Amino acid sequence: MIVRGDEPEQLGLLRKLYKPGNYFLQGNEALSYGALFAGCRFYAGYPITPSSEIAETMARELPKLRGYYLQMEDEIASIAAMIGASWTGFKVMTATSGPGFSLMQENLGYAVMTETPLVLVDVQRSGPSTGQATKGAQGDFFQARWGTHGDHPIVAISPVSAQDAFWEIIRAFNVSERLRTPVVFLFDGVLAHTREQVRIPDVSEVEITYRRLPAGEEDARLPFGDPYGDGVPPMPLFGHGYFTHVTGSTHMENGLRDVYTPEVHDRLVKRLHRKIEKNRSVYERNEEHFTDDAEVLVVSWGVTARPALGAVLRAREEGIKAGLFVPKTVHPFPGERMRELGKRVRAILVPEMNLGQMRLEVERYVNDDVLVRGVNRIGGVPLTVDEILREIRGVA
Amino acid sequence: MVKKIYSTYPMVKYLRREALPTALCPGCGGGTVLNAFANAVDALKIDPRDLVVVSGIGCSAWIASPYFLADTLHTTHGRAIAFATGVKVGLPDKKVVVISGDGDLASIGGNHIIHAARRNVDITVILVNNFTYGMTGGQVAPTTPVGAKTTTSPYGNVEHPLPIAETVAAAGASYVARWTTAHVYQLIESIKRALQVKGFSLVEVISQCPVQFGRRNRMKEPAEMLRWFLKNSVPVSRARNMKPEELEGKFIVGEIVSRKRPEFTDELNGIIEEVQERLGLREG
Ligand SMILES: Cc1ncc(C[n+]2csc(CCOP(=O)(O)OP(=O)(O)O)c2C)c(N)n1
Ligand code: SF4
Repeated sequence: MIVRGDEPEQLGLLRKLYKPGNYFLQGNEALSYGALFAGCRFYAGYPITPSSEIAETMARELPKLRGYYLQMEDEIASIAAMIGASWTGFKVMTATSGPGFSLMQENLGYAVMTETPLVLVDVQRSGPSTGQATKGAQGDFFQARWGTHGDHPIVAISPVSAQDAFWEIIRAFNVSERLRTPVVFLFDGVLAHTREQVRIPDVSEVEITYRRLPAGEEDARLPFGDPYGDGVPPMPLFGHGYFTHVTGSTHMENGLRDVYTPEVHDRLVKRLHRKIEKNRSVYERNEEHFTDDAEVLVVSWGVTARPALGAVLRAREEGIKAGLFVPKTVHPFPGERMRELGKRVRAILVPEMNLGQMRLEVERYVNDDVLVRGVNRIGGVPLTVDEILREIRGVA
Repeated sequence: MVKKIYSTYPMVKYLRREALPTALCPGCGGGTVLNAFANAVDALKIDPRDLVVVSGIGCSAWIASPYFLADTLHTTHGRAIAFATGVKVGLPDKKVVVISGDGDLASIGGNHIIHAARRNVDITVILVNNFTYGMTGGQVAPTTPVGAKTTTSPYGNVEHPLPIAETVAAAGASYVARWTTAHVYQLIESIKRALQVKGFSLVEVISQCPVQFGRRNRMKEPAEMLRWFLKNSVPVSRARNMKPEELEGKFIVGEIVSRKRPEFTDELNGIIEEVQERLGLREG
């Protein structure tokens, strides 16, 4: 079964089920509807707060679209089942939170190594460990980047609202399919549970990408090669008679294991990196406000980007030349743009609900003469406009 | 030499030639399992295009993945059955087979095997039980007999082995059998049955690892291990009338369970049809 999500039958079902218009939705619900519009027809997961409403929405809606919801015995099984399903052609998703994300890391690495498209939603909650299970946080910035072992590239996307989650999850699926790679979606407990207005579009407004399939048997012989020069090989799906071998061990272009030849490992892992580096235009996306003439730059992401925008607007009213830079794709970090902006400003503030994770990334790209300061809060309560504004005034 | 053997071996058409020769040690039971599986597929005239073989990590995981010429998925340690569940939902009309070791499927993967049996997912699992972790150097496993010496039980194993076939049967599998590599024809018949059953099926194969297990337990020749299997095998029918003390250290062989139960992917598809009907979503 190959499900694209843009077949006439599927579009008909989407139109029948979800009338365009404005709805009052929780972030988790908006994200789930976005996934359905993107063509996700297979969900495997294990419940965990604050992500559970995604599982509940998918369990309710998927059968209406002839899709499958599987509640597995744990998170390890969930991502495993997703990878199996992805190799049969499904667009697949799971949603989890801190401890569950940790459990998925080994198979996330497997998906990177085997170039399996999937979307892994991490609704970040307070940690370490069980921490404050019901509270939002932004502490998994580096778990998304470095959680699994080895030298691997990763793409991670993080939205700033429920409406944004609807569109950004569609983008996550498109990037994952286009680059044949897993995409991590860093949501958070605050946005997940906030209800706000969300416009559900008509299906014609949604652009859908689907993985490149081999043109024929010849094309299917090298499922891990680079026939198009963009680092993305076609994916020979199971069940089509291609006799494809897929392994998480180091493999040659034809899929067969070779764990002894240094060049084979070097060639494979470097291509995985190159594929992500070379295709920046496929996934890079930032939001900018008043960055043209900013003297004080606020760099923020996810839930915190919203009070950050409020603070920048208020600072402007006070005559402070403040600007806001929001990476929407947080990995690979938009370092080049950060470097450009860093050259023009006097100070950079990085507000986030952790003890300074994105700040470390920002620091890598700006010179020592620029003041870089974190605005950090943990404990589950988001930063406010006033708190960020006070910091802006402090460095203005 | 190797090329010659393969050129006269009738089942070679099922093997991925570019991956040969296999990496298994001479005398390893893995070869017997591969042979039995190929013979079962051949006897049932299953087109390998209709097969997906999934395995975990370990020597036994290599038996069919990569050597069998089908779509093959070599996964992370212990997770093969969970991967296979996703494959089955995507390809309900194909035969999805898991071939892997006892450490892989019964230790780290113990939870997955129980839950797949409970769900009764239509996959066939061939569990190769060599009583040890062969690939990592012969450490103690959850299947190691009491008293056996391994690299991590140098004074003799004090733990009791998990009766994995009986456990899976209790969890709800449709078909469960156990044989040893000394029972080749019975093994082929059981694999055939398992492949035809609609639902979760398990064939446990007691298999020799002369290199890592036999050598440390006074059976360094493969044949010594096979004689040990034969001498201690007890058919299920006879075992029913034996006391637990009498069964200590014995291998109960034969069909342990064979029954009809609703199958998982069928049930999921049933739900979809019901929802489509109820909401009037069907085309036309
Ligand atoms: C998460 C994880 N833990 C440990 C290992 C190391 N490891 C590789 S194979 C293996 C044991 C395999 O034993 P079994 O399934 O019985 O197969 P055998 O080699 O005996 O056929 C282990 C522990 C691993 N690959 N991954
Ligand atoms: S170590 Fe044991 S199980 Fe592994 S290939 Fe050798 S004999 Fe077989």
